[in-house]
Amino acid sequence: MLNNQGRPTRSGEASTADTHTFTGNRALDMEEALIFETGRLDATGVDIDEPSAFVSRLGAHARNSEIGLPGLSEPEAMRHYVRLSRKNYSIDAGLYPLGSCTMKHNPRLNEKMARLPGFADIHPLQPTSTVQGALELTSDLARILMTMTGMSAIAMSPKAGAHGELCGMMAIKAAIEARGEGATRNVVLVPESAHGTNPATAALIGFSVRSVPTGADGTVSPDAVRSALGPEVAAIMLTNPNTCGLFEREIAAIAQAMHEAGAFFYCDGANFNAIMGKARPGDLGVDAMHINLHKTFSTPHGGGGPGAGPVVLSKALAPFAPVPYIVARGDTLDFVEHIEGSQAFGRMTAFHGQMGMFVRAIAFILSHGADGLKQASEDAVLSANYIRVSLNDLMSSPFGDRPCMHEALFDDRWLKETGLTTLDFAKAMIDEGYHPMTVYFPLVVHGAMLIEPTESESKASLDLFIMTLRDLALSALGGERERFTAAPRRAPRRRLDETRAARQPVLKWTKPAPA
Amino acid sequence: MRYLPLDAVDRALMLARVGVSHIDEIFADIPADKRVSGLLDIPTRKSEIEVERILSSLAKRNVAAGSVPFFVGAGAYRHHVPASVDHLIQRSEFLTSYTPYQPEIAQGTLQVLFEFQTQVAALTGMEVANASMYDGSTACAEAMLMAHRLTRRKKAVLSGGLHPQYADVAATLAHMAGDEILRLAPDILASEDIAAAIDDQTSCVIVQSPDFFGNPRDLAPIKAAAHAKGALLIAVFTETVSLGALRSPGEMGADIAVGEGQSIGNTLNFGGPYVGLFATQSKYVRQMPGRLAGETIDAEGRRSFVLTLSTREQHIRREKATSNICTNSGLCALAFSIHMSLLGQTGMQRLARVNHANAVQLADRLSGVKGVSVINECFFNEFTIRTPRPAEELIETLAKKGVIGGLPVSRLLPKAGLDDLIVVASTETNSDEDRAAYAAALAQCL
Repeated sequence: MLNNQGRPTRSGEASTADTHTFTGNRALDMEEALIFETGRLDATGVDIDEPSAFVSRLGAHARNSEIGLPGLSEPEAMRHYVRLSRKNYSIDAGLYPLGSCTMKHNPRLNEKMARLPGFADIHPLQPTSTVQGALELTSDLARILMTMTGMSAIAMSPKAGAHGELCGMMAIKAAIEARGEGATRNVVLVPESAHGTNPATAALIGFSVRSVPTGADGTVSPDAVRSALGPEVAAIMLTNPNTCGLFEREIAAIAQAMHEAGAFFYCDGANFNAIMGKARPGDLGVDAMHINLHKTFSTPHGGGGPGAGPVVLSKALAPFAPVPYIVARGDTLDFVEHIEGSQAFGRMTAFHGQMGMFVRAIAFILSHGADGLKQASEDAVLSANYIRVSLNDLMSSPFGDRPCMHEALFDDRWLKETGLTTLDFAKAMIDEGYHPMTVYFPLVVHGAMLIEPTESESKASLDLFIMTLRDLALSALGGERERFTAAPRRAPRRRLDETRAARQPVLKWTKPAPA
Repeated sequence: MRYLPLDAVDRALMLARVGVSHIDEIFADIPADKRVSGLLDIPTRKSEIEVERILSSLAKRNVAAGSVPFFVGAGAYRHHVPASVDHLIQRSEFLTSYTPYQPEIAQGTLQVLFEFQTQVAALTGMEVANASMYDGSTACAEAMLMAHRLTRRKKAVLSGGLHPQYADVAATLAHMAGDEILRLAPDILASEDIAAAIDDQTSCVIVQSPDFFGNPRDLAPIKAAAHAKGALLIAVFTETVSLGALRSPGEMGADIAVGEGQSIGNTLNFGGPYVGLFATQSKYVRQMPGRLAGETIDAEGRRSFVLTLSTREQHIRREKATSNICTNSGLCALAFSIHMSLLGQTGMQRLARVNHANAVQLADRLSGVKGVSVINECFFNEFTIRTPRPAEELIETLAKKGVIGGLPVSRLLPKAGLDDLIVVASTETNSDEDRAAYAAALAQCL
C-alpha cells in the first residue's frame, strides 16, 4: 500500500531484508553496554571539592574496602540513559491497554507542581509550623477522596496499592481484636478472580484464605458468599468493578451478608477509574478501600512505581486508622504521630506517605473538577465498550454480550483452532507498535486478554487499535502462524529465554574472569 | 477538558456503535438507588494557570529546606541532586511506562534495574539486591518477615538505636502477624547489650548503623552473638551516603541489609516517595521479597534482561508469596542509579568525606555554644546534642529565627526522658555561613 507521495504507508511493508550491522545497532535502536563495562573506577561525573583538613570522627568504623563502582562523566551518563530509555514502550508514545493498570495520560503540570521547592524540598520531620501548606494539601486531598468514595475516614500513608490493602486489612484485624474475636475470626474470603495481592496481603497478617467461586456471569453471587461465611470469617476482599471488567451487581447484598455475619468488606479499589462520580463505595456497604493514586489519579507508573495507596475507611473502622493523621489545633494543622491514648492500630511507614504523589493527584483532580472526573470515568467506560463491541464478532467474550466497565475481557476460545496462544497474539501486537493488554489475568478466564484503553485515547486512536486487532485476529483465524509465533520481530529484543533466567539466576554484573 | 480527547460527536458515534442511546445504560449494573445523582461536592475544573496559582500558594506556606540554614536528618537527608538526574527520569519512556512485564519493549527499565541491583549489592557489600522496596522502613519490616521464614522462628530483637518509626512499622506488622518482638530501650550512646537479648527463639536482630542518634556501630560482634543462637543479623542504614565512608553491612557479616536510598538521586518530598534498598546473600534469594531483574538471552542469542524468580511473588504464588508487594519504587530507583553512576566510587567516597567534614565542623561549632554538648564519640554526618532547654521548644524558637536546627528526639520518642536531645545532620548542602548562623542563633536562644 503506497500513499500519494509514493512512500509505503506502513513501515512493516518497507523491508524485511537482513538487518545485520557491524555494531549490532539498528539505526535509532542502539545496543548499550552496562555502566560497569564502560565506566572507570577513577572517573566521576560530579565535581566535589575535597574538604580542607579536619579530624575524622569515624574512629574504627571507617571503610577500607573498595566499593567497586565505576563513574561516568555527564555526557556519558546522558547518552547511556537516553539510549536505554529508547528501548521502552510508554504511554506518551502509544496506547498502553494494560487491564487493571489504568495507563492514562500523565499530565506534566503535575510534575511541575510536585517539583515546587515548597513541596519537593521540605523535610518530613521539620517543625509542623513550617509545613502548614503541605498539611493543608494533604487534608484537602483526604477530604476530596472521602467525598468521592462516600467514606468516613482515610489513612493517607500507604505507599502503594498492596500497602493500602495491608493497611485496610490491619484496620479490620484491629476492629476484630477490639471485639475480642481476634483468636476466632481468622479467615478471609477472596474470590478466584482477585488480584494476587489480595490473598498475599491476607496471609501476611496471619489470615487464612478461603476461595469464593466466580459465577458463570463473571461476578460473585451473594449465595456463594453466604455459603462460605461462618463465625470464623473476618472479611471478604472483593474488587469492584471486578477484574473481569464487570460491576458487581449484588455488591450491596454481599456487603449486607458480611455485616450480618459480623465480618467486614474490604474493596480493592484498583478499578475505581470506572466509577468516579457514578457510584460511591460508601453507599455500597464497603468498610475499607484503597485508592491507587498511580492509576485513577494519573501519577506516573515510572516503570514500576512509586505509587500511593490511601485507604478510605467506614465509620466502624475509622477509630483504628493508623498514625500519622492530621488534626486541627485552632487555626493550625498538626500530625498525630503516636498511637498512645487511641485505638489506632499502629504505623504503616516512616513519615507521612507519598507527598510527591499527593501533589500530582490533587493537580489532576483540580484540573478535572467534579464534572471532568465523572466525564473521565464515562469516557473510559465508553471506550472499553467501543472496543468490546468492535471485536466481539472475532474474539470470544467469556461472559457474553453484557456491557463492561472500563476494561474489556476476552478469552482464548476463539484461538482454539489456530493453535496459537494468547501470548502469541500479545507478542504480535508489539510488532504493530502496541503494548499488549494484560494477559492470563484474571485467572478464572482461560487465556485471558484484558483490555483497558482509559479515557486518554482519541476516537482515531481507538479506531486504529481496533482495526489492528481485527487484522491480527483475521490473520490468526486465516491460518497465518509466523506473524505470531515469531513475534516480536521488530522490537529491540526477540522473545526472551525466561527459563534460563530463573534456572541460573544472574542478578548482578560480575567482572569476567581473565581469559 | 484538556485531558479528554473525545468530544460530543465522538461520544455519540461510539454510543451508537455500542448500541445504547445514553451513557447511563452502560452503567445499568450499578443499582439505581446507589447511583450518584448530580455532581459530587468537589471543586469545579480549573485551567492550568489556576491550578498553578492554587498549588503555588500552598507551596509558599512551607519553608523549603534550601531557603534557610537546615539541619534535619533522622532518616531523610538533603543532598544535592545533579540536574541531569531529574531530566533523565522525566524521559517519557521511563516516567510513563509500566512494570516491565513485556521485556522485549522494556529493556531500558530492565537494564537499569539490573545495574541498580549491582550498585546496591556493591555499596552494601552483599551478594544480591532486589529492584527496590517502598522505603527504608518497610524494607526493614519485610527483612524481619524474611528472617522469620528463614529461621522458622518468630521473635525479632530490635536495637534501641533503630529509627523509632522503623521500629513502629516493624512492631505493627509483628503484632498483626502474631509474631513476637523485643524492642530494646532507646540507646543514645550505643552501649546496649544486644547479645544478652538474643535467645534460641530469636529469628533476627535488627541493628541500625549509624544509629538513630548518629553513632556508627560495629556489627561484627552482634553477628557473632546472633549466629551463635541461630539468629540472623539485619543491618539497617538510613543514610546511603554513609556507605561511602563506613564499613559496609556485608563486611561486618550482615545476613540482610536494608536501608533508605533517598539520599542518592531523590529529593526530600516531605517523606515520600523514597526508595527502599534490600540486599542479602545469594543463598537466601528465594526468600527475598520484591522484584528481581536477571540476565538472559533472547531468541537471537543477544544479552537481555527480564524479571525473574517471580515464583516468589504474589501474582504467581498468591497467599504463599514471600510478600504482597507489587508496585515498588521504580522511578526513584532509576534516580538513585543515575546519580550513583555519575558519582561512581570516586565521587561517592568524596561526597562522604565532605559530609563527614561538614558534620565535624558543625559539631565543633555547636559544642562551642555555652551549655551545649555533643554526646557522640564517633559519628558520620549526623550527631546528637544535649541542650539546657527543652528541645522541642528550642527548635520552634530557632525556626522563628529562620534556622531549622534538627529533630527534637522527643518528637519521635515522647516519653523516654530524652527531652533535651536534638539529632542534627549536616550534608554537603550546608555552607560555613549556615553553620555559623546556627551556632549564633543557638547561643541567642540559650
